[in-house]
Amino acid sequence: MSKPSSLWEYANPVRFLAVSERILPALWVLSLACLGIGLAWGFFFTPDDFRQGSTVKIIYLHVPSALMAINAWFMMLVASLIWLVRRHHVSALAAKAAAPVGVAMTLIALVTGALWGQPMWGTWWVWDPRLTSFLILFLFYLGYIALWAAIEDPDTAADLTSVLCIVGSVFAVLSRYAVLFWNQGLHQGASLSLDKEENVADVFYIPLLVCIAGFVLLFLALVLYRTGTEIRRRRARALRARSALA
Amino acid sequence: MRALLLRDLQLAFRAGGGFGLSLAFFLIVVVLVPFSVGPAAALLERIAAGVLWLGALLACLLSLDRLLALDWEDGTLDLLATAPLPLEAAMGVKALAHWLTTGLPLVVAAPLFGVMLQLPAQGTGVLVLSLLLGTPALSLIGAFGAAITVGVKRGGLLLSLLVLPLYVPTLIFGAEAARRAAEGLDATTPLMMLAGITAGCGALMPFAAAAALRAGLR
Amino acid sequence: MMPDLGKYAQPVLWSYAASIAVLVVIVAASLIEGRRVRAEMRRAEEDRDV
Repeated sequence: MSKPSSLWEYANPVRFLAVSERILPALWVLSLACLGIGLAWGFFFTPDDFRQGSTVKIIYLHVPSALMAINAWFMMLVASLIWLVRRHHVSALAAKAAAPVGVAMTLIALVTGALWGQPMWGTWWVWDPRLTSFLILFLFYLGYIALWAAIEDPDTAADLTSVLCIVGSVFAVLSRYAVLFWNQGLHQGASLSLDKEENVADVFYIPLLVCIAGFVLLFLALVLYRTGTEIRRRRARALRARSALA
Repeated sequence: MRALLLRDLQLAFRAGGGFGLSLAFFLIVVVLVPFSVGPAAALLERIAAGVLWLGALLACLLSLDRLLALDWEDGTLDLLATAPLPLEAAMGVKALAHWLTTGLPLVVAAPLFGVMLQLPAQGTGVLVLSLLLGTPALSLIGAFGAAITVGVKRGGLLLSLLVLPLYVPTLIFGAEAARRAAEGLDATTPLMMLAGITAGCGALMPFAAAAALRAGLR
Repeated sequence: MMPDLGKYAQPVLWSYAASIAVLVVIVAASLIEGRRVRAEMRRAEEDRDV
């Protein structure tokens, strides 16, 4: 196969599969290594925070997962736009593949966020703006996945879920501001302050970067692998349909 | 366009057309709330504004699957898609018809239900205004949701799952406006945000709904 | 080896446990489904070639 001259040539399913098969093994190893090193480093080898005690260790899970929860949706948005404009099936399938990973990230962000706040707030859940926004994002993900599952024709499903993703993105941003507005009246005291701490010392920051890298790489590995699954699923279905007609 | 609107209104007012059902549902919700939280006037007074908004929202939601389902079944939708009237305009008209038969009655009934839920009198005006400004958004978003799920058998639950998160900003600002007024505070900011959301929905939702419908009809 | 987590041991440990569990589930589910679909595609291709 000749060297591709532009990124668009990876939109070809066969080429996509060829390339992803080549880089996936390394990607898996690298992501698990970063995760392992980052989390172990953060858990075992960082000091406690002056104010928050050992709960600061939760940032190594909460920050990367929260970042990925949002980035996953953003990637789905871009993939949806590419599908609607250029009709590359790989793009539509990549969006479909990314959604459950986004759900997992959002779930981790929610659970770690709630647990992080528990010592501060005394309850296992509070309607803090950040947690509430992630909860809404979680619902958007669920709706997106449910829609894929409900439509039989793959191209129609791709179209409808793409439109949903775009509309959902607008409302997700809108909801973020609405929730901030809604939460004003609550005087809760300290809220979840993350990497925007007054001074995020290197001793915390570097393991955090490693963890973020780990989550990003894991997301990439999962999406590439799952997109490959979707491509094969589609191909198998097409082959079965053709032989049924023959 | 007018013909489409009149037709939809006629269909809604016919027996079995669903008009009045939303209102009845709203009433039922209002009746059920004191049963679930207790009849203490002090409590009801504090939650009345929010409950009324929630009830109105749910009543709108429940009538959404009628928006397109009947036209889908008898083939009218295919006709609409190929008619000279732009599909975007048709979706706008459908949303308007839905609002006239569902949202508007709720707006009119709200003061009465407010009394039943001990809504402070000073809040009634803004409650009505917020519902007036916000329920069109609910119909527009609902039209989009209906278009997305138009081909799905028994898609009512999916419709709710898709539409309810989209309702969150409208609900937040609408209920907040009503709540502030009930407490005697100034409600201008949330009302303006609400108006902005409805205006935005009016501009965008018909296009999104038409796009979804074209995909679903193929 | 285990750091002294003090009074926050519960939230911290549960955070790590839950997060790792979710990651394990999504990776495992993806791999299991992936293997099944790849086998299905191989079968479909074999049937076609036969």
